[in-house]
Amino acid sequence: MDPRFDVELISVTKRYGATLAVDGISLRIPRASYTCLLGPSGCGKTTTLRMIAGHEAISDGDILIDDKNVSLLPPAARGTAMMFQSYALFPHLNCLDNVAFSLKMRGIAKAERHKAAREFLDLVHLGDYAMRLPSQLSGGQQQRVALARALITRPKVLLLDEPLSALDPFLRIKVREELKRLQRELEITFIHVTHSQDEAMALADLMVVMEDGHIRQAGPPREIFEKPVNPFIARFIGGHNVMMSDQGPIAIRADRCRLGVASDGPHVKGRVTVVEYQGTMVRVAIATDPGDEVSALVPDGLFHEQPVQPGDAATLVWLDRDVHWMANA
Amino acid sequence: MIVGGPQVRPIGEGRPWTFYALGGLFGAYLLFLYGPMAVIYVLSFQGENGGVTFPMVGVSTVWFQDIVKPGQMANIPVSFGRSIGLAALVACITVVFAVAAGLGFRRRFPGSGVVFYMAVASLVMPGLLVGFGIGLGFQFLGLQTSLFTSALGAQLTWTLPFGLFAMFAVVNRFNRAWEEAATDLGASAWQRLRFVTLPILLPGILGVGMGALTLSYDEYARTTLTIGPLNTLPLEIYALISSATSPTLFAIGTLTTGVSFAILATTLVLVFRMQRRRSLALPEMS
Repeated sequence: MDPRFDVELISVTKRYGATLAVDGISLRIPRASYTCLLGPSGCGKTTTLRMIAGHEAISDGDILIDDKNVSLLPPAARGTAMMFQSYALFPHLNCLDNVAFSLKMRGIAKAERHKAAREFLDLVHLGDYAMRLPSQLSGGQQQRVALARALITRPKVLLLDEPLSALDPFLRIKVREELKRLQRELEITFIHVTHSQDEAMALADLMVVMEDGHIRQAGPPREIFEKPVNPFIARFIGGHNVMMSDQGPIAIRADRCRLGVASDGPHVKGRVTVVEYQGTMVRVAIATDPGDEVSALVPDGLFHEQPVQPGDAATLVWLDRDVHWMANA
Repeated sequence: MIVGGPQVRPIGEGRPWTFYALGGLFGAYLLFLYGPMAVIYVLSFQGENGGVTFPMVGVSTVWFQDIVKPGQMANIPVSFGRSIGLAALVACITVVFAVAAGLGFRRRFPGSGVVFYMAVASLVMPGLLVGFGIGLGFQFLGLQTSLFTSALGAQLTWTLPFGLFAMFAVVNRFNRAWEEAATDLGASAWQRLRFVTLPILLPGILGVGMGALTLSYDEYARTTLTIGPLNTLPLEIYALISSATSPTLFAIGTLTTGVSFAILATTLVLVFRMQRRRSLALPEMS
């Protein structure tokens, strides 16, 4: 029977002595999905990934992969493959032998494993670099070798620990597209740890926001962006103005806010602190009289009709229907 | 001119006087360090009728021939053999234990602090006393001190901690993720050691081995009271210095220095080759 989920976490906990790194999290990752674990540093996202990989023992709970409990299995028996943050390519082996490493460990003959390794190097467009050593490759090329080395084990789940953090911004976007394309073509689950919400929103089918060892919200990126459950999520995802109202915290998307005049509609008065030109939009940051830091993302045309400068008095206005009510953090 | 950029000395302008003062000091230091040795090397080519001091009375290699001639120097080649044999064994044992301990010390284990400070203590203890203690112990137990028992042990008290500390530096640059990646790719603990850890550490391990080899080769303090009846080269030379004075001693000095440099050069060539293999462009295979 086809399992419904590739990975299931059932109240998984990780303790280091007295400190809780991951506190009883449960999560179901659907088949062949791109999942991003997102959160500030120290939130437990990397620990969670390493527990799924089997490089970190679980203190409590269970991990199921493909409907099989793998909690006590060694990494190689779980059907996962991990791509490490620094890629961890073996410096003494050329690309071909790096990619063929897992086949060599299984005792597969040289000619056969090299043939397979070449196929996977071709898959990541590095066929011409087979005899190079890792130190002779650029960061982006090293990353693709690491990818080929992980994929050759034919994993059900590929685990990626901040795979884009070592790349420059332009390359990051290119490689991001490449990862998504590979995931679609291979039809396996990717679990990708990142601290960048842009990355997660661009890639994820399922976005899991963690804080302090807990999953705060999990869902499709659009759901999380449009309906953040609490002020932490709204602030972390960005693009929201979080303010307190009498009925609890509210979030209003910055691109739905405008500069205007106080009227019957919802508004808040303050003073402009920063004006940031962003091309298509202009971000106007305002320190409100109640003491919040908010901003309005104004289309450039609209902004230049009535420009403001830092120090000007300003009123932030929005529509009632754009107000999103949240629970207290 | 870039404001705030590094100050570049215009061509043709002199260096400050401190440059020459410090340069002179450094030159004097080099002279102090290598001058006496250079004198020995030169005097080892003393002419047949020359003595142990300048002036040179011609040039000859007669003193080198003296070393291998039967006679009063007969013990030199034999003791050289003993020294090399002992040094090789010491190096092997040191490498095995230092590598194992260096890898083990990456995580704390019960008693790791005690073991560490015992290694430090062994390194700072006066060598002569260590040798004296081992010699006394052998006598107390009614055992004969000899090359591959008491002398070997005495030298290991010195090379093992040295090897351990050298391995700390080697292991320090080792990325744990390499081992995790190997495990992730299905390597057993043994395969991980054989195909990943040891090959990556190999240049450092070689360095530790060569370090132990040279430490043992010219060890005197710990060996002198534990060697038994058959001397190693340094002990033999010391005995010669107090009994005979001829340029042969200088020739021995020149030769042993040559051996040391040969060992050093071999190691460096090996390590450089390994690093070159890892960093230089290989010809493309088409």
